[in-house]
Amino acid sequence: MTSVQDLPQIRGVKNIPVEEFFTSGHRTCQGCESALVMRLMVKAAGQRTIVLGSTGCMYVANTTYYSTPWVVPWMHTQLGSAGSAATGTAAALSSMMRKGKMKQEPINVIAFCGDGGGVDMGLSAISAALQHEEYNLCIICYDNESYANTDIQVSGSSPWGANSTFSPPGKLHRIMNKRWKKNMAPMLATGHPDCKYVATTCASYGLDFTNKIRRALTIGGPTFVHCFDPCPKGWDYDPKYSHELGMLGVETGIWVMYEIANNELILNGASRAIAKGIRQRKPVEEYLTRQGRFAHMTKEDIEYFQSKVDDSWEKWWIPGLVPFGMKEDA
Amino acid sequence: MTTTETKLFQTETEELISGSEAIAIACALADVDVITAYPIRPYDTVMQYVSKLKADGAFDCDFIVAESEHSQFEIVKHASAVGARTFCGSSGVGWFYAMEAITVTAGLRLPVVAMVGNRALDDPGAFGVEHNDALAVRDLGWMLAWVATAQEALDMALLAYRVAEDPRVFLPFAVSCDGSFLTHSQALVKVPDMKKVQRFLPPYNRGKMQLHPDNPITIAPQVNEDWLMEIRRQTNEAMLRAMEVIPEAYADFKRVFGRGDPSPFIEEYMMDDAEIVLVGMGTLAMPVRVAIRRMREQGKKVGFLRVKFFRPFATEEIKQALSHCKGIGVIDRDYSYGSPSFGGVLYNELRAALYPLESRPLILSFIAGLGGREVMVRDVNEVVDTVQRAVDTGVIEKENTWIAVRE
Ligand SMILES: Cc1ncc(C[n+]2csc(CCOP(=O)(O)OP(=O)(O)O)c2C)c(N)n1
Ligand code: SF4
Ligand SMILES: [Mg+2]
Repeated sequence: MTSVQDLPQIRGVKNIPVEEFFTSGHRTCQGCESALVMRLMVKAAGQRTIVLGSTGCMYVANTTYYSTPWVVPWMHTQLGSAGSAATGTAAALSSMMRKGKMKQEPINVIAFCGDGGGVDMGLSAISAALQHEEYNLCIICYDNESYANTDIQVSGSSPWGANSTFSPPGKLHRIMNKRWKKNMAPMLATGHPDCKYVATTCASYGLDFTNKIRRALTIGGPTFVHCFDPCPKGWDYDPKYSHELGMLGVETGIWVMYEIANNELILNGASRAIAKGIRQRKPVEEYLTRQGRFAHMTKEDIEYFQSKVDDSWEKWWIPGLVPFGMKEDA
Repeated sequence: MTTTETKLFQTETEELISGSEAIAIACALADVDVITAYPIRPYDTVMQYVSKLKADGAFDCDFIVAESEHSQFEIVKHASAVGARTFCGSSGVGWFYAMEAITVTAGLRLPVVAMVGNRALDDPGAFGVEHNDALAVRDLGWMLAWVATAQEALDMALLAYRVAEDPRVFLPFAVSCDGSFLTHSQALVKVPDMKKVQRFLPPYNRGKMQLHPDNPITIAPQVNEDWLMEIRRQTNEAMLRAMEVIPEAYADFKRVFGRGDPSPFIEEYMMDDAEIVLVGMGTLAMPVRVAIRRMREQGKKVGFLRVKFFRPFATEEIKQALSHCKGIGVIDRDYSYGSPSFGGVLYNELRAALYPLESRPLILSFIAGLGGREVMVRDVNEVVDTVQRAVDTGVIEKENTWIAVRE
């Protein structure tokens, strides 16, 4: 196994490095939170990093020939291939360094995917990548809750009821997307007990995000980070509210922030405060009514949404993470 | 072959091995860095041998059992971009499952070498050989060669790395082996020593295309209509250059290892004065050669042209070889529903290649041996008789005939 880099945790936002490795040249929408994920991700990782990017907005809108924003080496990978791209790259580095065909040096390997590419199509390849303890790699899923690049279609990670070009509210069916968002990070954490690090985050919290990427890159072995990315185009709101919506997602308890490091769960920030009863969850209505994608929802729809979120905090074995528990007297 | 000895491959040996084992040994000889496997018959035997070589300490590689063929091919694609020498392979529907990764590998000009253990495409289920799996990539920028013996499998695998990794080419290479007839049949194979292989095969050097922090390039950005046509053209030129690089590498191969045919692209069998020529690929050569020897004894002027390289297609050489015969029978171990004359894939390629000839020989299509059905000497006789009849009468009754099929 190749060694990992020394990337210390950062205390205080002012200590985040000033160097940029994701610079001008991209063409994402104004207020695109996923673009911020890209920027912070490589800032946290530094120059000795290889980034592999799945098809999606962060490829198509980001990487135009002759105007690449990437200062670090970057390569496209197929929509469902973040796991394989990371595995192949890490395996090549490991093999060539071991055999003396390449200079020994810890190089970060990051593969990113959207929710369509990761939570749906690439799930099995990510799962396989997380089994390879011998490779240091990090897979980042930037979750804008739709197949955004192809014109906003529902994915397995889209919220219940959201309007999209494949789930438009109509005269007969108001709610076309009846699937509840997949519980991705816990699925990976429980399914891969040897994986040392699985975390959720949101770029609205820059320091939390940066430090989680750093921990994912330094803990050793394959790791997974899932981030919650408001998308002005797909969620239909004024781009200036991206950060605020990210925070509202957490404060309403819809998105839970935590890290599972070496098989220990730590809730972070507002999620931790909610779990400890220090803070009340805000009603989901405050979040839903701010976005055009939920504009067709009735009072009952919002109540249903609220009840599902309540259940996840009140009935789940581990609030927001594990939906099952031991049957009494079992 | 026992692999417990770690000093393996220090001297040249002769081993009784199958086509799959021959290719596994070629991988060890080529010091491949990253290999990915996924089970499907019949190609997977190669990975059984690779894993055993690794387990026994005879071969140092990262051997990854992927969770699907798609991942198998994606993993080696990315490893190759970083500069690792790679190997993978598949059969039948497994090859199709990987198709997205297969096509981008060529688009990215990555010299991945793969083995296709040719197998019928399900459904309905069948394990036996058909060539439609490998042929599906014929337009995508993969070099594609069919071998007929275990020795040729080992030799072609080494040649594949040499040609694919030549910076003038940088294209992936698939070595096609007929399922069971080659993948599982043993024959005596000369296994060269490592030193000789190193003389023939320089290390893979990705040069300024290597993905590494010292060389922070962006690979495969969006190009759209602005650049895609130029990039397609470049791949086409690379395939054109492969036409030059293959004979050059093959000449070197013959010099270093002391064996090989006159041409890397085709094998000509009793072609000198042949009036009727059969054309085919892969292990079909076996019954065809036997049949031709017997016919020659009866004074029939019959020859055989085995196409080794389907891509790049050696148009000029093949035209030259066939320009003097009277009739050609192409035996396809594939099908192409609805194609011109409903003929096989090789048949239609050949017909197109021969079109510019001033006096074109008559050419007939035969479909035989599908799903692994054995092609017998009597089947070959039927092909020759049919071509002979057409030559004698000047009338083509049927352009396409299915051989040994229940009507
Ligand atoms: C195999 C395959 N199927 C479909 C597509 C079309 N496609 C391109 S981008 C995209 C959306 C991906 O969605 P996601 O992963 O969520 O990323 P986002 O666009 O939202 O950033 C799709 C479906 C593709 N490129 N490849
Ligand atoms: S559609 Fe959404 S994810 Fe895509 S570039 Fe625009 S804001 Fe970003
Ligand atoms: Mg998305």
